Amino acid sequence: MSAFVTVKGLTCVFDVSKPWLNRVLERRGKAFLTAVSDVDFQVEERTTYALVGESGSGKSTIGRMLVGLLRPSDGDVEIEGINLAREEDPAKVASVRAKIQMIFQDPYASLNPRWRVRDIITEPVLTQGGDLEGLAEKLLQQVGLHPSDAGKFPHEFSGGQRQRICIARALASQPRLIVCDEPTSALDVSVQAQVLNLMSDLKDELGLTYLLITHDLTVVRHMADRIGVLYLGRLVEEADPHSLFETPKHPYTQMLLDAAPRVDGFGREVPPPQGEIPDPINPPSGCTFHPRCPIATDICRRERPATRKVGNALVACHLAE
Amino acid sequence: MTDPVLSIRDLCVEIPTRTGVVKPVDGVSYDIAKGEILGVVGESGAGKSMAGNAIIGLLNRPAHISGGEIWLNGHRIDTLKGDRVRRLRGKEIGMVFQDPLTSLNPLLSIGDQLAETMMTHLPISRAEAHNRAIAALKEVGIPGAAERIGSYPHEFSGGMRQRVVIALALCAEPSLVIADEPTTALDVSVQAQIISLLKQLCRERGTAIMLITHDMGVIAEAADRVAVMYAGRLAELGPVRDVLTQPQHPYTHGLMASTPLAAQKQRRLHQIPGAMPRLDQMPEGCAFHPRCPHAQEKCRHAPLPATATAGGRAACWFPLLAEAAQ
Amino acid sequence: MTDAPLPATAKAREKGRWERFRESDFFYAFKRSPVALVSFGVVSVLVLSAIFAPLIAPTNPFDPASLDLMNGFTPPMEPNAFTGSSFLMGTDDQGRDVFSTILYGMRISLFVGAAAVLFAMVLGIVMGLISGYFGGWADTVIMRVADVQLTFPSILVAMLIFGIAKGVTPIEYRDQMAIWVLILAIGLSDWVQFARVVRGATLVEKNKDYVAAARLIGRSPWAIMTRHILPNALSPVLVIATISLALAIIAEATLSFLGVGAPPTQPSLGTLIRIGQGFLFSGEWWILFFPACTLLALALSVNMLGDWLRDALNPRLR
Repeated sequence: MSAFVTVKGLTCVFDVSKPWLNRVLERRGKAFLTAVSDVDFQVEERTTYALVGESGSGKSTIGRMLVGLLRPSDGDVEIEGINLAREEDPAKVASVRAKIQMIFQDPYASLNPRWRVRDIITEPVLTQGGDLEGLAEKLLQQVGLHPSDAGKFPHEFSGGQRQRICIARALASQPRLIVCDEPTSALDVSVQAQVLNLMSDLKDELGLTYLLITHDLTVVRHMADRIGVLYLGRLVEEADPHSLFETPKHPYTQMLLDAAPRVDGFGREVPPPQGEIPDPINPPSGCTFHPRCPIATDICRRERPATRKVGNALVACHLAE
Repeated sequence: MTDPVLSIRDLCVEIPTRTGVVKPVDGVSYDIAKGEILGVVGESGAGKSMAGNAIIGLLNRPAHISGGEIWLNGHRIDTLKGDRVRRLRGKEIGMVFQDPLTSLNPLLSIGDQLAETMMTHLPISRAEAHNRAIAALKEVGIPGAAERIGSYPHEFSGGMRQRVVIALALCAEPSLVIADEPTTALDVSVQAQIISLLKQLCRERGTAIMLITHDMGVIAEAADRVAVMYAGRLAELGPVRDVLTQPQHPYTHGLMASTPLAAQKQRRLHQIPGAMPRLDQMPEGCAFHPRCPHAQEKCRHAPLPATATAGGRAACWFPLLAEAAQ
Repeated sequence: MTDAPLPATAKAREKGRWERFRESDFFYAFKRSPVALVSFGVVSVLVLSAIFAPLIAPTNPFDPASLDLMNGFTPPMEPNAFTGSSFLMGTDDQGRDVFSTILYGMRISLFVGAAAVLFAMVLGIVMGLISGYFGGWADTVIMRVADVQLTFPSILVAMLIFGIAKGVTPIEYRDQMAIWVLILAIGLSDWVQFARVVRGATLVEKNKDYVAAARLIGRSPWAIMTRHILPNALSPVLVIATISLALAIIAEATLSFLGVGAPPTQPSLGTLIRIGQGFLFSGEWWILFFPACTLLALALSVNMLGDWLRDALNPRLR
């Protein structure tokens, strides 16, 4: 198996300073938000890699850097051995770009309300040049809609149907990697099941690779082949689903698993997790999780833990064993 | 059994539109007892929030209650007008919304908001209200309550804001709290804190809570009883463990089966075909029949049976019995 | 656009623009609003009569051959003492039929107003799109220029531009150029609000995921701005354009009234009012009264239509 996507030392820093005049008047320096800090992972071809995390974990930022909507501040994204940010040959960049597509969270904002479904779906092919004839109808059928829906407008569809249209658009340019940013968070449970099943089917049929970005652990368990857990822009644990769910190594992973409500957890009483996610502009020193960690010691406050292998997992924790 | 805190009977809400009258809530009945958490669950458009708004008198025109009765502590409240509705809203019913920012006034400090609410509804002085506000913030777990009483809503994080909203909802000592998706906008770890807080308050004060959510997991962990809504109607109502583990309505069954589990990996998720009907295209008979695997001729035409058919909990002609659901 | 062949059933179900418009909430609201219906009716009547002025007007007021000085100062609906001719709205000092001059004057007013708004709209949309989409320096420069311009009353800006333009045009072309200078002056004084509205809408739309999807597949900024963002920013532009039309007509009338607008050889409603006010105190009220009423009706109904449009297109009010 070869790595289809390789991410090395990926970092993204946003300048969140106030305007120049305010800074001068308030005597403040520039402020920077490190959304993603030194993240490494690899995605094998035809697998689903899931990035899990809460708000501010940088999971969406990683997805956007992967598809080229954002430039990394540092580090490399290689897709099939081609570094998108560094590659000089525009033809190579274009050929790689064409293989990556994205599905967004909000099916209401990701379709242009003034366009007919046919035009929405065929737009990727229109820009790359290709045969448009009957394409929209074929793709609509593939995602479980009716070919005659091509002539309608997005507002005539429900949330789940819109997400199917988004999937059809993503498939139009025959991609190999699809970055799915919270694809079912805006959908109801019964519709979520339909969309997840459709995604699984398409993956098998077309040999797709998914990068699944979500906060929902149950979706991850169902879909992923490998999982990376993010906290404040750092990858704290990476493992296969079985190891991660059965024997979580990082205290944050453990906390997430405990906190997630369960459909079979009738009257479950667990002590809820302590504290909240800190301000990412001024993250805690050392291990960013230490203020909330039940087992934190002195070293956790001082040193950022290196990623090391513990059992089947890669963990960034001084104390994991 | 003692008298329920809230009792709604056959509640209907109508909205007149260009193409006709639609019924987002259609003949819903349930009770909530003192110290009980009733979970109201359903997908978007099921009418769960609309029912909550109808109870508190927050329906936006042209939506209006078109039938049924709402009783709160033995008084009928759906027929109250103007000023009395407002008094009742703050005094007897507390409200917790999905977005804590919209339910707090950004221009007033949280202490002022709490004291203001208490003084409107309770016969207390400003000094006492101030002290009680600090106590209320302590109770919902805000660290350093005495120092933070002068802070403004934007100075709090999302989870802390939702705690303030809960303190605000509870400060007039209401007998019922309606929590409409209180944790949907929050992260998993904070959600667990808020749910645990609601449960604790309900237990300690004996407040009845109506917890509206789409999250089956939250319902399972927090609620005592659950009302499953579908297309404006009550599909199933009963103790949470029974409804979730042995659903009698095919919709509840489908909903449970399509929820992915964290505990184990399923090969493929069960899916309910189709989508919930739009309000203006409601099918005849049982609203669920076009998606129901067990639908028969009777379901297509006969009006829905009363909420509980003999021996069952589901509003269904052919409820799934314990052995059939296996 | 692509035109993939479809099964016959699908083609039949696809709705055209007109059909979609007739079924829209917008058209429904229009049919049920007396304000919208009345103001739309008044505007249509006025616009149509301006367009077909040569067919409707009893005389051509600018054809010296059709004028008879003996008809001068005929009151409305009364036969002239010398010639016995009767005029619906009377005549002016030259014996021109006031009704006809109004019809022809409205043509100038409407043409100048519409052309100025069109000019302001195109300029404002382009500036707003660039400003909102690219941000940074382009945004700063464009919006500062706009801010500076907003600190002057727009009629002053128009007069300034009019003055400069008059200075640089050779004297023999001045009358011919006057109308175009007027359009430029009013248009330039009015682009700012279009730019602001389009910039605001662009800032909202460009962060939506459908724009991200378009960027992802490598569409050019130009294509994204014109094909994706602009169609979604057009509703507020339409509202502003309508209200601006009323303001532009008034601005043109004001300039003409002040004597810096349409030349007497091509009198607009404003020019007519200027001419008419000279006779107000000598008793010939009709020379002022009827052009003024027409201007009032035109500006008021266009403005009311604009106000209604704003309410109807604002999703928050519905």
